[in-house]
Amino acid sequence: MQKIANILKKQITSTIIAIIFGFIVAAIILAATGYSPADAFTAMFEGIFSRPKYISNVIIKSTPIILTGLSVAFAFKTGLFNMGAEGQYIMSSVFATIVGIKLDLPPVLQIPMVILAGVFAGAVYGAVVGYLKARFGIHEVITSIMLNWVALYFSNFIVSLKTFHQPNSTATFTVNESSFTTILHKWKVSPEGIAWLKEHPTIMDVLLKTDVNIGIIVAIIMVIVISILLNRTTKGYELKAVGFNKDAAEFAGINVKKNILHSMIIAGAIAGLAGALSVTGVQPHRISTMAAFENYGFNGLSVALIAANSPIGCLFAGLLFAGLLYGGQSIQSTIGAPSEVINIMIGTIVFFVALTRIVPVLADKLAKRGEKHAH
Amino acid sequence: MEIGSGYAVQMRGITKKFGSFCALDHIDVDIKKGTIHAMLGENGAGKSTLMNVLYGLYQSDEGEIYLEGQKVNMKNPNVAIAHGIGMVHQHFMLVDNFTVTQNIILGNEITSGAGVINMKKAREEIIKTIEKYGLSVDPDAKIEDISVGMQQRVEILKALYRGANLLILDEPTAVLTPQEIEDLIKIMNNLIKDGKTIIIITHKLKEIKESADVCTIIRRGKYIDTVDVKKVKEEELATMMVGHAVNLVVDKTEATPKDVVFEIDNLTVLDERKIPAVKNLSLKIRKGEIVGIAGIDGNGQKELVEAITNLTKVAGGTIKINGVEVQNTSPKNTIDNKIATIHEDRQRRGLVLNYTVAHNMVIEKFKEEPFSKKGFLNEKEIVEHSKQMIKEYDIRPDNCELQPVRGLSGGNQQKVIIAREVANDPDLLIAVQPTRGLDVGAIEYVHKTLIRERDKGKAVLLISFELDEVMNVSDTIAVIYDGKIVKSFKQGTVDENTIGLLMAGGKDDAKNS
Repeated sequence: MQKIANILKKQITSTIIAIIFGFIVAAIILAATGYSPADAFTAMFEGIFSRPKYISNVIIKSTPIILTGLSVAFAFKTGLFNMGAEGQYIMSSVFATIVGIKLDLPPVLQIPMVILAGVFAGAVYGAVVGYLKARFGIHEVITSIMLNWVALYFSNFIVSLKTFHQPNSTATFTVNESSFTTILHKWKVSPEGIAWLKEHPTIMDVLLKTDVNIGIIVAIIMVIVISILLNRTTKGYELKAVGFNKDAAEFAGINVKKNILHSMIIAGAIAGLAGALSVTGVQPHRISTMAAFENYGFNGLSVALIAANSPIGCLFAGLLFAGLLYGGQSIQSTIGAPSEVINIMIGTIVFFVALTRIVPVLADKLAKRGEKHAH
Repeated sequence: MEIGSGYAVQMRGITKKFGSFCALDHIDVDIKKGTIHAMLGENGAGKSTLMNVLYGLYQSDEGEIYLEGQKVNMKNPNVAIAHGIGMVHQHFMLVDNFTVTQNIILGNEITSGAGVINMKKAREEIIKTIEKYGLSVDPDAKIEDISVGMQQRVEILKALYRGANLLILDEPTAVLTPQEIEDLIKIMNNLIKDGKTIIIITHKLKEIKESADVCTIIRRGKYIDTVDVKKVKEEELATMMVGHAVNLVVDKTEATPKDVVFEIDNLTVLDERKIPAVKNLSLKIRKGEIVGIAGIDGNGQKELVEAITNLTKVAGGTIKINGVEVQNTSPKNTIDNKIATIHEDRQRRGLVLNYTVAHNMVIEKFKEEPFSKKGFLNEKEIVEHSKQMIKEYDIRPDNCELQPVRGLSGGNQQKVIIAREVANDPDLLIAVQPTRGLDVGAIEYVHKTLIRERDKGKAVLLISFELDEVMNVSDTIAVIYDGKIVKSFKQGTVDENTIGLLMAGGKDDAKNS
């Protein structure tokens, strides 16, 4: 009994239970509306795993939300709610696009320039939130949510400018090809490339039909970097101390305001990296007029929540989230059930992850009952 | 003892477990009607848990409760209240912006038809109770405007208004001034005369001697003894409580003060409302001297400490250590100038509760070698350092370096702070309420440490609301009232009453100085 209780207390157990509950609720809804849950889930899993192309797409889709999730999780570890990952993502994609269109250097220089422009924009946008909090004590949730809207309309404004706007479209020009971070993007459409790929159909399926890009590698590196920053460095020690107890940190001589600012700059930069990598790595390599948020930042909130704010957890939670979103489309195309059921499922998982804080409490009760029986 | 109606409460074989921890282990207690019964034990001994079981806040795993000979199943506080049990918690449960009357009737309103509160009738009843027991409370004052002592009396009134015959007071004197404690004892005696029964939960021996008739001692969840208070000495109570002999008198040699190392000159500090809380205060501390500041909470102590530690700006005057002015700089600068502080609020200011003991030990020094190098923490050195500190300062459990400090007892948390601050090798050690909430053993330890640091030639500033502590530990006693040091005495040249009077703003008639 004690053993079970100990397993139940682990965070990963709570998360897995939440995911199972997500599936159960989705199954009930499917069954209640006259679809076979088994068929639906089969369709979904086939939609994720049955072809290399699908797996590749899931990974590509997961990249930005792993990063925005990491941004939210990092800020949370330092005591801040970064609701502004959405806005930081948008600002980054705007500036990455601007630099990508206006600058045309060799890829070795161009790619870093474009990505840095995006990261810088995200960091500055995060810094605004951090500064307002540190200097005036304005709550970061309020400022970051409002700044999301500013970013949305700023992005639409940039799209409308003559220098960037591609005639007869709702988008800007695409960025110069030298900015692309898609893997082998020139070779794969050259005659030799196509000839080679025809002999290797599996690789062709992945390379030609999806935007395989370096993003996921960058995301994995960032997850490791942030883990190290938080757990191994003096900066991480300071940031977390401020997050856990800013009064004690202040008393111990740590500059609280500076650390709040730094935390938001780093969080903004990570979300910014997501935006820049989307522009350079995925079609259509440009930004379009938005009527509503594209939710890359908000999905990051869910990812961080499922990951219980662990940087490594964000990697897996991001993949899960992207898998559900992408594979979920197959439910509609294969058995005709509305794909919204996937949103219900994701919502349920997030809900239960939040709810599974009670699992450790239940585990305690279980342990106690075990003792009573032992008497 | 037989179960009988002459007893307000009889508890038999009460056992309570939290997980694998046995908080109460088969406890039997008999509380006679019409007595003041003290529950004595160290922090964590189980005395509050036992009372929470009696009040129905916790359910015991085993055991029975009898009220006046009748077995009662205390499944929640409503049952306790219905049986005439009232409890006054250590932290008051009052609505700040309600009046005394409104607070008392809250949840128990007298209504005249259609849900309209009959305030007039309620007020009259309350006034009757106030007069009967000499509670001296203004029924129309708002809670936020009255003193802590009065708030406590409102809590007592609240219990009486609900028909309590048995009152449980949890650490009732923790927040009171010496005068207020005397008033409380008077009130308790009035209640006893009227046939009520009172249980006080405390670890203060002096008050038990002054107020209680009978005392039950609990140690580590076990019943130790029940004694007639008049027949035992304080030392004996202390020994029973701790389990071994303790020295209640602070043991120290004559101070040998040397040069002035710390000097406050004409200091003025504003509080949060921009009103001067510290007014032209001057103070000098020499090497090898403990200066104790005696005073009632709210006379500028908080602002004085915040000014020295640079948590707040000063409006005027200087603070010098080793001749260097440190006012209006930064907390870091205070630490760098060899001022170490044991803050009164150890959980808010002193510790990052989620951090391990090891990480808390280096919170002021993590940027220095060997604890970190080029921005990377050296966990091995940090853990090694804390292991050494844990051993040196006898912090328990003795392998706690990688545990979150949250899990340690209050006394051991305080030891973590003391270890860290003393290890900084400060020139001035400030201790603010350093023994608040600690048990006898830990208090003795803290006092010894302060005196040891003094003997090493450090200057020590002790700020405490416990007059006994200031009188016993300090070499020089300075009384603070309304933001000023009204008078200073050498230890042994003044009695408690004179200081008590000065603390309350009275004039000293110079007979003691």
